[in-house]
Amino acid sequence: MSTNTITTQKVNFKVFRFNADNDYLPYYENYAMDVTSEEVVLDILNRIKWDHDGSFSYRRSCRHGICGACAIKVNGRSTLACKESMTTMIEYFGNEITLEPLSTKRAIKDMIIDKADFWDKHASVTPYLVADIDECPSCENLVSPHDAEELNEADLCIQCGACHYACPVVEINSDFFGPAAFVAAYRFESDIRDGDNQRLIHVNEEKQGVWDCAKCFECAEVCPKDINPIDKITKLHQMAFKKGVAKNNVATRHAVGFLHSIKKHGMLDEGGLVLYSEGVSIVKHIPVALQMFKKGKIIMPWNMPKSDKLDEIQKLIKSSSTVKF
Amino acid sequence: MKKLKYALFTGCTAKQSTPEQMMSTMAVARKLDIEMIELTEASCCGASHLQDYDDFLSLVLNARNIAYAEKHGLTMVTICNTCQLNTAMTKHRLDNNAELKAKVNEKLAEIGLEYKGTSNVIHFLYAIIDDFGLDKIKKMVVKPLSQFNIAPFYGCHNIRPSELHDESHKTKENPYNPTSLDDLIIACGAKNVDYEEKNKCCGFHIELQAPHTAAVLTGNAIAGATDQNADMMVTPCPLCHLKLDTQTKHASEAIGREVSLPVLHMQQMVGLALGCTPAELGLKHHVTEVNFI
Repeated sequence: MSTNTITTQKVNFKVFRFNADNDYLPYYENYAMDVTSEEVVLDILNRIKWDHDGSFSYRRSCRHGICGACAIKVNGRSTLACKESMTTMIEYFGNEITLEPLSTKRAIKDMIIDKADFWDKHASVTPYLVADIDECPSCENLVSPHDAEELNEADLCIQCGACHYACPVVEINSDFFGPAAFVAAYRFESDIRDGDNQRLIHVNEEKQGVWDCAKCFECAEVCPKDINPIDKITKLHQMAFKKGVAKNNVATRHAVGFLHSIKKHGMLDEGGLVLYSEGVSIVKHIPVALQMFKKGKIIMPWNMPKSDKLDEIQKLIKSSSTVKF
Repeated sequence: MKKLKYALFTGCTAKQSTPEQMMSTMAVARKLDIEMIELTEASCCGASHLQDYDDFLSLVLNARNIAYAEKHGLTMVTICNTCQLNTAMTKHRLDNNAELKAKVNEKLAEIGLEYKGTSNVIHFLYAIIDDFGLDKIKKMVVKPLSQFNIAPFYGCHNIRPSELHDESHKTKENPYNPTSLDDLIIACGAKNVDYEEKNKCCGFHIELQAPHTAAVLTGNAIAGATDQNADMMVTPCPLCHLKLDTQTKHASEAIGREVSLPVLHMQQMVGLALGCTPAELGLKHHVTEVNFI
């Protein structure tokens, strides 16, 4: 019989406390606890409430990584409390652990936040199937395993908000839909039964849509269901080009500009890319460009370096291109 | 120890907007007696944008770059976080999907190449730490940077997604509390500065389409380092460097606070500690001047 030794460690928890009804400012309460290697973060939240302070508040329900209610931040990292083992957290952060709500500025009471912005954005991407289906069908509406694979597990999302509140763009740009809403959009865009023709256009709009993603991969790192939201964002970019809804704007030209540059030089022509993307708006970059020029950071077009064996690259572009803009 | 030899994928910025990065890479390689075979045939990696347009083409071009490293029988070394991400991601996808690999190889066959999956892809930062060794560097330091507080700025694409990067280097990097660059700062004799933004995004990739968001991210990073008394920042990524070094005016306006710190490339910091001259390391190519050396 294999023996799994349960070990115990002393951990100091610094816990965010706030009651919007009474408190002017939030504060942190400290709790020193012995933590066993078997415990998950939710066990700690339970013990704070049961053993230390009955008024401590947090959302929880299923305890099985399905309901998505208990996501909080552990030392700044979005975490689904019922799924994350304390051993991993101690490995990551040591024995001083800070527990905070997903977004401190949206706190209502302790770990509970007002998630309205998350749900509003989620709702605005039409997160349901739009299909003209007979109310009394004579046969089943089957989806083949091959077509189901196209969802790329986007349907596993539990709307816990871990990625949404880890996204630095959501934090700065309140119009930005955020990774979870994009996953929801992708889940239905990739469904063969879906017939909606507005959703993809909607998530490709400037300021709010996929083109404002900073490509930081925070969402991929935190997702407790390993959905890889940025992969779905990339796929939404690709769909926009494939389905012909990509608008001709600075963001799309920025992506396509790479192809033009690689075709011509093998390498990226940095100045050329900015010119291609911005058009006449390039004037706004002139002050910085001048500073860079003075420091030898700008190559003149006639000195633009080229990759060796450029003909190979051009041949591959000709034979392997799958999209036209 | 056997002399280290790598296939160097320079990326595009090292040949254009960050010439100092190319200079300092080669200067450090000379000091450490590392042989670099430059992959002059390589194309741009697509910088995480080409794949938004044409995923398959992006795979084929990156596979071609790796195939050239394989032809030399060498590990590919990158000097840009985004090159590292795109190349390692291509490798990961091809090594784990035989059907996709066959499709890509069908295209590469047209130019007489084949992607086999035999070359590892590793960022120079981790090549130095894993293959050369921090202790050895420490012993080689002739000009310790002991008077400086240096703030590490890791750059997203070297630390996230962590599962991908764990495949390419031995150093186990914790994406929430990375330490490799801190260790290198200490090895160079300086004091490492801990601050909240060290593993955050600089905003480079949305500079054109979302300039305000990008500028706030840059501003927050420099402000965070400044508030922890950093004298300068150091980064392994030329794209982060461009943002932190050249965009301080926009960043300051965006966060409503004047911020500016000299920013070194990881190679420049190591080079300075190993006794390279400022000229060898291209320190005059910075927009935010490095005037204390």
